[in-house]
Order: sequence, then structure tokens, then C-alpha cells
Amino acid sequence: MVNKKVILNIAKTHLVTKIKQTATAALGVTFGIGSYITLVCFMTGLNGMLDDLILNQTPHIHIFNEIEPSKKQPTDLYFEFQNTLNIVHSIKPKQSQKRIHNALPIINYLNKDPKVKGAIPQIKEQIFYIAGSIELGGNLTGIDILQEVELFNFKDYVVKGSPQALKNNDNGILLGAGVAEKMSLDIGDRVQVSTIKGDVFPLKIVGLYQSGIADIDNIQSFANVKTVQRILGQAENYITDINVKLFNIEDAIPLAQKIEQQFQLKAIDIKTANAQFETGTTIRNLITYAVSITLLIVAGFGIYNILNMMIYEKMNDIAILKAIGFSGKDVQFIFMSQAMIIGAVGGSLGLLIGFGLSHLIGSLPFETEALPTISTYPINHNPWFYIIGFSFAMISTFLAGYLPSKKAKKIDPVRIIRGQ
Amino acid sequence: MKTILEARNINKYFRKPVLFHVLKDINFKVNQGEFASIMGKSGCGKSTLLYILSTMDTGYEGDLYLNTELITGQENEKLSYIRNKHIGFVFQFHYLLSEFSVLENVMLPAKKLAEKSIEEIEYNAIEKLRILNIEHIAKKRASQISGGEKQRVAIARALINNPTIIMGDEPTGNLDSQNSDNVFNIFKQLSEEQGLSLLVVTHDQDFADKTDRIIQMGDGRIIN
Ligand SMILES: Nc1ncnc2c1ncn2[C@@H]1O[C@H](COP(=O)(O)OP(=O)(O)OP(=O)(O)O)[C@@H](O)[C@H]1O
Ligand SMILES: [Mg+2]
Repeated sequence: MVNKKVILNIAKTHLVTKIKQTATAALGVTFGIGSYITLVCFMTGLNGMLDDLILNQTPHIHIFNEIEPSKKQPTDLYFEFQNTLNIVHSIKPKQSQKRIHNALPIINYLNKDPKVKGAIPQIKEQIFYIAGSIELGGNLTGIDILQEVELFNFKDYVVKGSPQALKNNDNGILLGAGVAEKMSLDIGDRVQVSTIKGDVFPLKIVGLYQSGIADIDNIQSFANVKTVQRILGQAENYITDINVKLFNIEDAIPLAQKIEQQFQLKAIDIKTANAQFETGTTIRNLITYAVSITLLIVAGFGIYNILNMMIYEKMNDIAILKAIGFSGKDVQFIFMSQAMIIGAVGGSLGLLIGFGLSHLIGSLPFETEALPTISTYPINHNPWFYIIGFSFAMISTFLAGYLPSKKAKKIDPVRIIRGQ
Repeated sequence: MKTILEARNINKYFRKPVLFHVLKDINFKVNQGEFASIMGKSGCGKSTLLYILSTMDTGYEGDLYLNTELITGQENEKLSYIRNKHIGFVFQFHYLLSEFSVLENVMLPAKKLAEKSIEEIEYNAIEKLRILNIEHIAKKRASQISGGEKQRVAIARALINNPTIIMGDEPTGNLDSQNSDNVFNIFKQLSEEQGLSLLVVTHDQDFADKTDRIIQMGDGRIIN
């Protein structure tokens, strides 16, 4: 439309001749959007990293056989005592097997469920590490290494050697980094493993495992399922734990309940296990948005002020425009478009600055024992943040421009013309 | 003779600071091609009347017709359009957009009307400036020209859309006699050759004497 072009041209001329004020207003928006982008990219990057850390290596459902006292004691079952009050002191759990009965059919059954991405077996066993005269207590877990890599990012925690090397070696062990350090062992060395029963097996170290949590790295090692079964002298169906990964984490709770009922096993879902973790994520998001919105509100007030001032200074122009045939709406459009131009320019600049800053943060080295896979600060460049940021800028400048422009629309030209 | 502008029983009050009946029962017509001037003592209500006739002031009683169409009570959008297309207004003080060039100031009403191409508008604008002897300042910024020049730029701007009527509030108040005569001649020529109507407030008796009709005002009334 020709009309709009004329009006935009007037708006532009005003902005250009008052370049300092325009720049101040735009910089307010730039600052707000820039910090929003930087904050949100960094915070969600951090969230994502923690998600990966906890969620990717934690099974969505962990199935095992808990050793606990029977809920019904024999006296409860005996019908002659049905209407009496029975008190049994010092109940102890019945010595029960840790193994999951029928583990392999259960795994097969779970793997057929369309919600399940994968269900894989583990054998957890307490052992002693023996090297020379040193003897250390620890855990040896039998795993299906390739599936662990695929489902639970196991590869990230193998700091030396490779998962494939374990797969290829029936007598191989992925030794915990803490254990290796204590016993001054390294790849290629041998370590003796003793079961609780006292049988000793020599295993070859094919890699080192580091989770980042010292308490774990000081005791935990991994071997193939078969190796552990052999060490324990158990058959191929000896499985103590089943880890399940789902396609959708939301299915974890109902499926865990179903498994508990169906198989009379303990099934812990990830949400119950990591309830406090989600709270942390929510609070970090809350902080990000609270800070960004505050900054934008401040920027909005800046625009509001400057437009108000601009309108005050441009009273004459407004009166002239109205006298020569521009309508109140046209005049409102002039000031609205000024606000929007400030918002668009300031916002785009803010996106650029946010992009630059978050890139800078993303390239800063961030190395910590706890996170072996991370070398720089985590940044999440989600294009949605840029879309949201820009919309934020436009909406806040629209709101900031609305009242002043409404005022300009209502200005009575006769009063101004008389006033001179 | 066709009537261009007609005021019927126009009354206006200022309510602040005290109730003041500034225009009292104004009735008159301006015909096509007529060059009328309004004279009267300072403070008798000439400017007030002109603001009403130019549709900028809507707070009055009575009826106003332009081209036999009732203007009173029309919507603001419509009034803006009427001002843009049919009325050229020259203020008592020169009113230009100071950040724009002289040429842009003159072109602005035509751009708003958007009936012609930009090239045509520019050509017409330069033509109007040339008639008023200020072609050479076309590219200057409106804030950098003299008072008399500003007044002529304002006249050029009032002419750009070839309006049906030009209203002027002392349009020659800031001009020397030579330029004042020039503006008078331009007005006269436009009214005779193009049938443009003119309604001009002036304190210059010589100027008024040369017009077709003098409307004498006193104390908010038309005396003759
Ligand atoms: N906004 C207002 N409120 C109250 N009274 C006003 C207002 N504007 C003008 N007046 C009064 O109305 C009367 C007419 O004013 P107006 O400007 O129309 O006079 P004028 O005839 O144009 O005078 P001049 O020749 O000096 O320009 C004056 O007495 C003035 O004081
Ligand atoms: Mg006056």
C-alpha cells in the first residue's frame, strides 16, 4: 500500500533524526533479548546435560528381586487363627534367591511390548579384587555390553579401551577407574576376582570405566553376562536385574506397576527414583524465564518512555499531519511502527548477541572429573528460542508502543496549532 | 453559481476557563471560483471559525456543507479524507515538518491521497514551488529556510492536491509586499482559471480590497 509506505517513511525519518534516543530504546531490547537467548541456551544446555547424565544412563524401569520379609506369615494363612490377633516377633526374610525367576522369558516378553525400546539383563554380584597382596571389595556387574552402549550410552563412560574389546574377550573386565588407580593397574594387566564363596578367577583388563562418581568408580567393574555366570558357576538363565528403556518416559510409571503385579518382582520407575531431579529442571527454567521477562519489562518501559517523549516533541508534526489529511489511525500507525522498528532492530541485534555470547560460552573449556564426556560448557541452540525471543521483542515493544501511540491518535490538532 | 462551502447557524462555545460564546449564529456561503476574505478585530473569532470550516474542529453547533454534502457529524476518517482531497489550509503560523525537505513537505498530502504516481507528484510539487518563486530551495530542509519562504512552502503544500477550496489564516502575514502581491496574483489566477474557491483571513486592507468579497466579523458575528 502506498499509504503505508508514506507513513513508514515518516516513522523512519523521525527515528533517524532522533538516532540517539532510538538507539537507547533499541539497545534496551537488545540487552533483554540477548540475555534471554544466552541464559536460555546455557540453562537448557545445562539441563540437557544433566538429563543425559541421569536419564540416559538410568533405566526407565529397573526390575529386580527384593529381599524382604513375606507380607503374609504362615499363621495368617492358617484358618483356625483367622479371627484372632496373631503377633509374630522378629520376622526375618526367608533366604531367597537374588535371581529373577524366568528372567529370559520376561525379557522376551518385554521386548515384544511396542512401548519398550529395549529390555536387557544384568547380573550384579559382590566380589573382591585381588592384585598381588591387595584385596579390595567391589561389585562386578555382568552386562550385555553392546546393548548397554546402544540403550544407555555406556560408551561415554568407557574412558580407556573400548566396549567392543570387552565383547570380544570372554575373560575381559572393564575395571572401575578408582579401582585401577588404587591397585595401579592399567589396560592389558590382569586382575584376580574372588567370589564371596572364595573361587578366584583371573580376568584381563580391556578397558577402564569412569562414571564420574568416585564412590562408584572405586568399586564398580563390568564383565560380560556369560563371564559373570561362569565365575558364579551359574547357568545361562541366571539373571538378577532387568533394565528397561522405553520410547516414552511417561509410560514408565504404569508399566512398572503392571510388571510388579504380573511378575511379583520389584520394578522401580525412573520418575520415582529421580523425583527431585525434575524439580531442579523446573526451577532452572523458572529462573531463566523470570530473569528474561524482567529484563524485557525494563526494556519495555524504556521504549514506552522514549516514545512518550518522542510524541511530546513531535506534537507539531502530529498536528500538521492531521491538518493535511492524515487520520488519527495513520498517526497511531506512525508511532506503532516506530515501536515495532525499534523492537525488530533491537530484537534482531539481541538474537545476534545472544547467539555470539552463547557460542562463546559454549567454547569455554569446562572439564570436570564428574563429567568425562563434556569438555566445554553445554549450550542448547534450539531455533525455537530464537523464534520465542524475537516474538518476545515484538510483543513487548507492541505493548510499550500501544499507549503512547493511542495518545498520539487522540491529539487534537487545533489545540496544538493554537498553542503556538 | 455553484455553492462550495456553506455554514448554517454555526455556534461555538469555549467552556474553559469560563463559558464564552465565541461564534454566534454564523451563516454564509462561498461559491465556486469565489475569492473571499475575512476581516475583523483581533480576537473576534476568525481563526476559530476557520478551524471549524476546515473540519479540524468538530466541537460546534450548526451545520457545515462542502459541495452540498453535510460534513457535520461525519466520522474522523472521512473528515481526514475531505481535508486531504478538498481543503488546502494555510496556517496563521507556518507549519512544516522540520525534519523533511521542502519538496517532501509539499509532496506529503499528495502521497497520502495516493491518486498519482510518485514521479507525477514530484513534478507537480516542483511546479507549485516554481510558481511561488521558491524552486531553488526544494532540496533544503524545512528548518533551514526563512519565515517568508516557509509560508510559501505551506501555500505550495495547500495547492498540491488541487483542492476545491483554500483556507488561509493570514497566509501573507510574513511576506514583503512584493511576495504578498505574488501570492495574491496566484490565488486570483487559480480562482479565475481553475474555479478554485478561496477563503482568506487577513489584516491587510489592500489585500482584502482586491478580493471578490470581504466578510466583516465582529465579536463572534458576521457583520456583513
Ligand atoms: N481554547 C480556547 N479556550 C478559551 N478561549 C479561547 C480558546 N481559543 C481562543 N479563545 C478565545 O476565542 C477568541 C477568538 O480567538 P481567535 O483565535 O479565533 O481570534 P482571531 O480572530 O483569530 O484573532 P487574531 O486576529 O488575533 O488571530 C479570543 O478571544 C480567544 O481568547
Ligand atoms: Mg487568528
